[in-house]
Parts: sequence; C-alpha cells; structure tokens
Amino acid sequence: MRQNMKERGLKIPRRVGRGPSRFIPENEIVPVDTDDEETQMLFVDAFLQNNRLEHIVQVMGYHPKYLDSFLKTQQYILRGDGPLPYDYRHYIAIMASARHQCSYLINLHKTEFLLCGGEETWLKGLDHIPQKLRDLYEIIKILAHRPWLISKNHIEKLTRGNDNWSLAEVMHALIIIAHFHAMCSFVYGCGIHPEIDEENGHTFRPSSSSDSEDNHSSSNSHSGSPTSTDAAAGIEALMERMKQLNETGEEPTQEEMLARFQKVESQSLELEAGKSQLSPKASILCYVEDPSFGYEDFAMRGAVQEIPTFRAQDFSWEDQGYSLANRLYSDIGTLLDDKFNTAYNLTYFTMGPNTDVDTSSFRRAIWNYIHCMYGIRHDDYNYGEVNHLLERYLKSYVKTVTCYPERVSKKDYDNFMRGFKHSEKVHVNLMLLEAKMQAELLYSLRALTRYMT
Amino acid sequence: MHTVIEAPINAISTNKDASQVVVAGRNVFRVFSIEDDAFVERCNLRVGKNLNLNFSAADVTWNPVEDHLLASAATNGAVVTWNLNKPSRSKQELVFNEHKRTVNRVCFHSTEANLLLSGSQDGFMKLFDLRKKEVNCTFSGQSESVRDVQFCPHHYFQFAAAYENGNLQLWDLRRPDKWEKMFTAHSGPAFTLDWHPDDKNWIASAGRDRSIKIWEISHKPRLLHTVQTIASVARVKWRPSRKYHISSCSLLVDHNVNVWDIRRPYIPFASFEEHRDVVTGIMWKNDPYVFLSGSKDCTVYQHMFKDAVRPADRANPIGIDTNVNGDLGLAFSDKLLVAGKSQTGSSMLPHFFRSKGPDRSEQFTMASSSAVIFESVDKSTGLEWFIECATRYQLSGKSVEDLCDHNAAVAGSLNKHQVAQTWRILKLLYGGNTATPCPPRTVSVIGSPAVGEAHKAESEKVNLKQQLDGHLVQDHNRSTHTDGENKDTGDTSTAVSEDESDAESSLSLTNIASGQVNQQGDFFFGDGELETFDYPVTMANMDSMQDWTLPTEAIPLRHEIQDRLDSPDPLQNATDSPSSANESEFSSQAFGNAENATPMYNLQAIPFASQNPPWEFSHLVCDMLEYFAEQGDVQTSVSVLIILGNKMKTPVEDQKQEQWFMAYLELLTRFRLWGIANEVIKLSSHRAVASLNQQSTTVHTNCNKCFKPLTRAGWLCDRCKALTSTCSICHLPVKGLFAWCQGCSHGGHLEHLREWLMTHKHCPTGCGHICEYT
Repeated sequence: MRQNMKERGLKIPRRVGRGPSRFIPENEIVPVDTDDEETQMLFVDAFLQNNRLEHIVQVMGYHPKYLDSFLKTQQYILRGDGPLPYDYRHYIAIMASARHQCSYLINLHKTEFLLCGGEETWLKGLDHIPQKLRDLYEIIKILAHRPWLISKNHIEKLTRGNDNWSLAEVMHALIIIAHFHAMCSFVYGCGIHPEIDEENGHTFRPSSSSDSEDNHSSSNSHSGSPTSTDAAAGIEALMERMKQLNETGEEPTQEEMLARFQKVESQSLELEAGKSQLSPKASILCYVEDPSFGYEDFAMRGAVQEIPTFRAQDFSWEDQGYSLANRLYSDIGTLLDDKFNTAYNLTYFTMGPNTDVDTSSFRRAIWNYIHCMYGIRHDDYNYGEVNHLLERYLKSYVKTVTCYPERVSKKDYDNFMRGFKHSEKVHVNLMLLEAKMQAELLYSLRALTRYMT
Repeated sequence: MHTVIEAPINAISTNKDASQVVVAGRNVFRVFSIEDDAFVERCNLRVGKNLNLNFSAADVTWNPVEDHLLASAATNGAVVTWNLNKPSRSKQELVFNEHKRTVNRVCFHSTEANLLLSGSQDGFMKLFDLRKKEVNCTFSGQSESVRDVQFCPHHYFQFAAAYENGNLQLWDLRRPDKWEKMFTAHSGPAFTLDWHPDDKNWIASAGRDRSIKIWEISHKPRLLHTVQTIASVARVKWRPSRKYHISSCSLLVDHNVNVWDIRRPYIPFASFEEHRDVVTGIMWKNDPYVFLSGSKDCTVYQHMFKDAVRPADRANPIGIDTNVNGDLGLAFSDKLLVAGKSQTGSSMLPHFFRSKGPDRSEQFTMASSSAVIFESVDKSTGLEWFIECATRYQLSGKSVEDLCDHNAAVAGSLNKHQVAQTWRILKLLYGGNTATPCPPRTVSVIGSPAVGEAHKAESEKVNLKQQLDGHLVQDHNRSTHTDGENKDTGDTSTAVSEDESDAESSLSLTNIASGQVNQQGDFFFGDGELETFDYPVTMANMDSMQDWTLPTEAIPLRHEIQDRLDSPDPLQNATDSPSSANESEFSSQAFGNAENATPMYNLQAIPFASQNPPWEFSHLVCDMLEYFAEQGDVQTSVSVLIILGNKMKTPVEDQKQEQWFMAYLELLTRFRLWGIANEVIKLSSHRAVASLNQQSTTVHTNCNKCFKPLTRAGWLCDRCKALTSTCSICHLPVKGLFAWCQGCSHGGHLEHLREWLMTHKHCPTGCGHICEYT
C-alpha cells in the first residue's frame, strides 16, 4: 500500500525521531517483539487497553514488574468503574497535563476524550467546559506546583453549592490529577517522543536533516556509556559512600538532623540553574489558566508559620491515605498501594556494571529527596544521607523533572548518573513518578480528611 | 470529665493503679493525675532547652510494676525511657537509637520491670534490658514492618507481634531466631492486637481491612469471631472482667470509641461520641465501667459506662420488604409484639416462625425477633399486565404513530383502556400529519355526571360535553367492572344500578360517542376550556367514584382500592396494624390503584383542540407522564419518554427522568426481564441511564483445560500456554463465532464446519460422532 501511495505521488508521513525516546537510543529500548515473555504479555495487554503501544509503555518495558501494576491502575482510573463519567476523566487528564505543558499526554487524551463521546467544543479550551469542571481547576493548579497550599477550603468549595462534586468524585479526580502530573514528569524525564499520529509525531519532509540530527544525538548519548572511566569511578565512589553509611556508628544529634533537613531543603534552591521558562504553545494555553503560577521552593514559601512541614508519620499513605482512598473509591487504595510498593521496592541489585549491590539506601535517598522538595519530612530519616549519596547532577535532574519537567534537556539526562544503564535511569524516573504522585496525594488526602472531620 | 491539651495526642497510658495517665504526642508529653472530677497536671516531660524528636512520641507506655518508669517510642526511631523520680527537671533517662525507622510500639513486660520490647517500621523487634542499658535480644519477623507488639499477660516468655502485611506472630523470648507460630490475620496491614485479660488463648487483632478478629491460639490458630467496623481500626482493647466485650477506635472518619460484644458483631454494644477527631488511645481503669481515651482533637476524656450511647436502641426494630408476587415479609422485635398483640392473628398467616437469639449474659437484654411472611391470597393479583406490557410494547424501529398504535392495542388488550387512550392521544399529538383544520367538529371529554351538573348552566357546547362526560365515566366504570369480572367476583349489575341516574340517562349518547372515539381516535373539546375546569372535574369525578364504589365492597380485590379513595380510615387501619393482613393488600393496591386511577387523570391530559394549531401541549404531556409516575405506573411514563425521545419540547427534568428509568429498570429486573431492561437502557437518551450497560461489560470464558478464567484473550490461556479453542478443521484458533457440536463437543469456525457438513456426516476430528447442528 505504501508503495502504491508513493507511486501516486502522495506524501507519506514519516516519523520524527527514532524510537520512543529522545534520550535513549532506539536499539537499547525494549523492542516491541521482545523475547522476555512477561514483558511481551504486558505489551499485548497495553495494546489491547489503549489500541496502541504507547511510547511510555515501551520505555517502561524495562521494568515489567512495575509496568504491570502501572497498567492495571491506569486502566482502572480511566476505564474502570468509578464515579466520574468517562469524558470527564480524560478531560481532567488533559487539564492536568496542560499544567506541565505536556503536549504528548494532551494529544493522547484528546483522542480518548472524543472516543468516549466527549463534546468537541470542550477541546476549544477552558471557556467552553461546564462550570463543574472549571471549579476543579484551582486544585489542579495548586497540586501541580505547590501542593502544600491545598486546604480543606478547596475541598469545601467543590462540595458545596449547586451542581457540586460528591466526595467520591473528588477522590477520583484527585487521583487522576496526581497520576497525570506525575506522568508528565516521566514523559519529560525520559524524553518520550510523540506518537506517530500526533501533530509533531510525523513529518512529510524528506529524510536527511532530521536523520543526521538523530544520529548525532544518539552518538552523543554513547558518550555517557559505561566505558568512560570517570563514569565508572562515579559508581565506585557512590558504592563506597553507601558502604560507609552502613558502617558509621555515631549518631548525629537531633538538632543536626533538623538542620540537615533544612539544609537539603534550602540547598535545592541553588540547583535551579538559570533556565529560561519556555513559553507554552497556544494549543496548550487554552487549557491553562494563570500560566505564571509555578513551583516555588518549599523553603521559600511565604508563610512559614502557617504551612508547617508535613510529617510523614502523622499522615502516611499506608495508614490514613489508603483507608480514605479505598473508602471513597473502592479498590483504588489496593492498586495504588501495590504500585507505590513496587516502585519503592523495585531493585535488581545492580548499579551500572556491578551486581549484587544493596541499593535500598540510594533508592530511599531519592524518594525522600523528592518528598523533601514538597516539604514532606520523614522523622526517621537522616537527611544527611541525601547529600552524601546524591551527586549534584542527579539532584538537579531530579529537581528539574519533579518541579519543572518541561525544562528537562538531553544534557540533563546524559549528565546524571553517568555510567548507569538506561534501564536504571528509567528506574529513577519511575521512582520520581511515584514519589511525586504520593506527595500530591498525601497533601490532597490530608485536606480531604480535614474537610471530613 | 475531660481536659484539653494544646496539641494532638498520639497515645495515652495509665500507671499500675490507674491513678495517673501519661499523654503523649508530637508536641505534648505530660503526666496527669486523675482526681474525682478533674485531671490535674503532675508533670510536663517535654521540658528542656532543645526539644528534639526524642520528645515527640508515637507511642507511650507506663511500667506495670514500677510506678515511676515510662517508656516512649519516638517517630525518629528512638526508644526513650523516663524516670519520674529523677530530681532534675528533665526526666529523660535512657535513649536507645537502635532502630533505623519509626518505632510503632513499646511494651513493658507485665511482671519483669526491666524488660522493654519495641517494634519498629524497619521490621525488627528489640528487647531492652534497662539494667544493662542495652539491647538484650533482636527478633526479626522477616515480614515487613512491625505495627504492634504485646507481651502475653499470662505467660512469662510469650509475646505477639502484628505486621504490616497482615501477619500475626507469636514468639517465645527464649528463641530469638524464629517465631513460634505465624498466621495471616488480615488482608492489608494489621495495626493492633490485644491479649485477652482472662482467657489465656484468646487474642484480638484489627487492621486496615476494617475488621476486628478474635483468635483462639492454643493449637492451630482459629478464628472465633469477626467484627466488621466501618473504618480501619487503629486500636483495640478488651474490656476488663467482661469476657466478650472489646473496645475499638478507628484510624479515620469514625470518631467514636465503640465497645463491641463479639457475639453480636453488627452493632456496637455501646459507643462514646464525645471526641471530635479520631481517637488514638484507650485505657480501661481496671474497672469495666470507666475508661480513658485520648484523641487527635487534643482532649483526654474519662468515660463512664452509663454515659454510653447504645446504638442498638436506636436501630429500627422493624424490617419490611415485598416481593414481586405481592408477598410481604416482616421482621420485628418481640418487644413490639407484646404491645401490638391484639392486631395479629389475621387469617393470612401461612408462615410464622420465631427465631431466638442465644442467651445473653449480663446486662445484655434478651434480643429476640420474629419474622412473618404474608402471602397474598389471590395469586393473580400479580402484575401480569406489567409483564405483558413490558414484553409486548414496541419502543423503537417504527414511526411514532405505528408504535403508539401498537402499544395502544397492547394496553387495550390488557384492559388498560386508559393507558391505551393515552397512547392514542400521543399518536395524535406527535403522529405528524395532523393537518385537519376542521372547525369545532370534535368534542369528547372524560368527566363525570357530577361535572355535567355543575356546568349545566353553561352554554350548549358544554351541554354536549356533559353527555359525553357521562359516557366516559360509564366507560371507565365498565372497564373497572370488567377487570373485576376477570378477577372472578365482579357483580357488575350492582355497581351499575347503584350508579347515578345521570350517568344512566346519558348512556345511549355515550355509546355513540364511544363509537366516535374509537373510529376517529379523537378527543375533543369546544375549546381550551377544560383547562380551566381541570380541577373541579377531577374532584367531581372522585366523588362520583366514591358514590358508586361504596356498595361494591363485596368485590374483594376492587373494594380495597376504592377504600382508599373513600376515606383515609381504612388506610389508617392498615398502617396501624403492621401484622395484620391489610398490609399485603395494601402493597398490591399500589399497582391496581394506578391502573384504576388513570381515568381521572385523562381529564388533565386530554384537553386540546384541533382548531387551535399553535396550542402548546408538551407541558401537559409532561404533567401526564408525571401523573402516571406518581401513580406508580412508571412503565407508561418511561415507554412514552423513550418513544417520544426529543420530540417533547419541554422535556421532563433530568433527575426525574433518571428516577423513572431507574424505578422501571428495577421492576424489570425483579421480574427477570433482563432483555427488556437492556433495551430500555439502550434506548434511553438520558446519559446516566444509557451508560448503565457500558460498565463491567467483559465476560471471561474459562480455559477448557485448567478451568482458569481467560483474562486476556478468549483463545489463549496464560496458564497452560495453550490455545483453548482451535478449529477442528484448520487447527487455528477461533476468534469469532465458534460452532460446536453438543454431542461430541468438537467444533470450529462456523464457515469451515458448514463446508464440512455439506459433504460429511461425521465429526471432522474423527471421533466417530455423527454431529448434529441445527
């Protein structure tokens, strides 16, 4: 058929970029027809669910165990039984993704939205949607950038008045919002390419210039391959530090601990290398209100007194979060619990070329660092470890992906954790996704609990 | 009695004789002594220059032997002991930084003052010896985080631990390498456990799965009782000297302290509603009637048992339900039976049984209840007409006119003339070609002679109407009588003879008119007048019905219906005597009534005039539909809604529509008319209704080898990695229609088999069976 079209002089759309990701060379991504049976099954599942094998899914294919629970959850919140109508779900997804200017997700869900029988006029922008959905926007905006600002008043506003939201609907919406905010981070963090049928996913230009670009970039990425000696040295150093950590017996005093938390918190300020904010495209801007509202460092928040540090011990996902979520939206607690645990506990005991490494302290450092940026403090964690284990590039990458995902560049991706495999970098991104989602959920669920009591 | 503290409380504990209580939280750590009518602060442990995390406790416990020793678990993983006898201001004694994660629980040994056990998020439990100031022993359950540890009060060496993965473990202090017993108690984390104070072998556990479970652990752990709560349970504590009572508090949502009798797991035996936020600690004061509780709302309460709310007293003592046959089930507490005895003993009591609850000890009142089932005598009361209509109505596929015609015929054949007429009216209204601008040609009205009389003074036009009025009442009288006859008893003549003479006199005219009605299918009216009459007409009609129905009480089925119209008295009787037979009749009336009452209604619906083209009738149609629904006949309303679709200019309110649809669908499912229910869903233009059959639409088939459901694709089993249904001719998986011989259970692609059977008789697999396909 393709040949036929060519003969007739029709333009054939061609992919822009190769493979699902800008950052990871195609030949290192798990291929669609992978030999690994488990992954293969999951790809088939994903295809059946979405009628396509999304690039996201393909990249996640590095970690089939996680992919499994990810797909289950996403399927459940978007297509399973739930209090919100299907078109609402996808529209909320669009609104949430637009906050991070993630055109990839927006386009995917525009299609889904229409397939669910959503009204086409809504896609023209926020001015064309029902008031009920508009009311939600405030929460979407806050959660995306400064989740600590959410309070029970926001929930109250939604649930009062005519055409109000029921608590179950709020719960469902909150989960979708958190899910898609976190997804945006992943999409940018891994440099996911647009799907071929999307606006920027194909080109009619003859190949040549873009090809060379691609080659260029892929060769570029090889510079960060494990062969380079400094990278190997980096891993060695990290492992050495992890070992030290386990050996040091002396305990820091509490004051020091507190100081360390604050240090880590404020240190992240410096990491913001003067990157200019991209101006979002008009096609996205129609789903955005107040586009200047962005992340602000928790340490810099205006009213320190009014917004205290969130204590993970006082409101944890396992206890309160799970119970509340499951109460208002049955089964979601179990699914999310499963997803968080898989992401948190996932390990192959490897670090770059080394095997049999206990990576738990490293993983915990990343997880807690992300929570720290949102002002969530784990009492039983020594925040000195964060500085000890996470090098500057990694911290800056984590921070950018979490807080300003739209600004991530290939350079950032190549620079962090040099010498690690791509699958390990994707692993970090998965943890990022989950930690961010959990942080947003913790804040919003606490607001919900406060509203209910 | 309560006291307010400045910060949320995480845990409380009392000393040996329960004269003092320690209250601990993130920002509070105080000791109060419990006086007769107040809490008096004894000591504030949260003092010093640097208040670090060691001063914020997640749990606190008082030494059961030594009155001056306390231990707390800090959120940062430290275990801290406090000595109240210390002369200095700061009472902090020892700090153990042994755990890597938050410590969830600390527990002193019940007799050995120097042994302290801690359970932490890092999965370890450590036994501290306060004399040696070091860890004596470390226990690792090897199954995730420890949420609770408790020493057994009866056995020196035994303790139990609850885990985040839902397991419960029993340990022996002398064997630190492995647990004695382990079993899964909960799905999801187990948050708390408590040993029974008297029964050595009982242990209670509770967790996130919203249940409290009582285990018997002497041999193989056995589940004795389960109490279902409404929220995740944070703590449980047995009530002292009451074998079957246990108190619990929730992790969120529910702010009460509930005391359960484990033999009655559905309603709390007593509950205490003082707190405004979740309760985090319960301590009984060595007395079954007094306990303390601390909560996140910053208060400590001392509760007296006499203040308790008894939710059981507030529960509704009567349950009632009906089934589709008009039978009625009734369950009620025996207390009520004594009071209402005089009213029982109706002739309609085919079944009567009594169930007694097991003996309740102590202050538990004997709870017993009776259940009664009334069957309606006349099985034909049923709703055959409903089923018939549901199955025979056509809702789509033709023009509105044809559908209305068809449905009118259906309704007519079931003696539901009013409904039938409604359909005919609708046909006229919405049928399309109503291009007959004839002058005041058509006049027909349903009404009553009484109305006629009332308006006799009016013009001639009205005169004609009267007569017709007469007819229609007659008409509907007749229809009811016929119904009566069908049902077996009716004595029409009495009714007619009792009828008002006016009606009789107009009888002949009526017949003519009725001819008209049938042929032309028209109703008429001089002009829009009737709208103004609506109200009186209806009233009058009701009166007239009363008049003639009173004497017909001999007809059992009908008379009840009219009773209802007659006066409120019989109704009153019916409700007064819940155990009397009236009830069941009552329920069957609901439908009968709707049927019978429709004629009155038509008065409102019919007014329209053909010579008045711009006349807006759709709100009247709305009213009519509403009326039908009010009368319990949602079937008509819904059917009309579906057929008219968006032709109605003033649509019925969304919510109302949804209610009607839901009601109708429920009725249909009760009669197991699934197919029709689905058709209704499909044809509904209402969004919420239409999406009903869009959910949970997947049906999984099972693998024909391992019998596990095929979750992914219908032709491949993930478990046995085999294709489940291959075509016996081409040996490829069948993904569409699978034709299958029921004799030998071989089959394959429909097309392949069809071809095969053109030439062969035997099964293509060669099994020798002569396959039969129809």
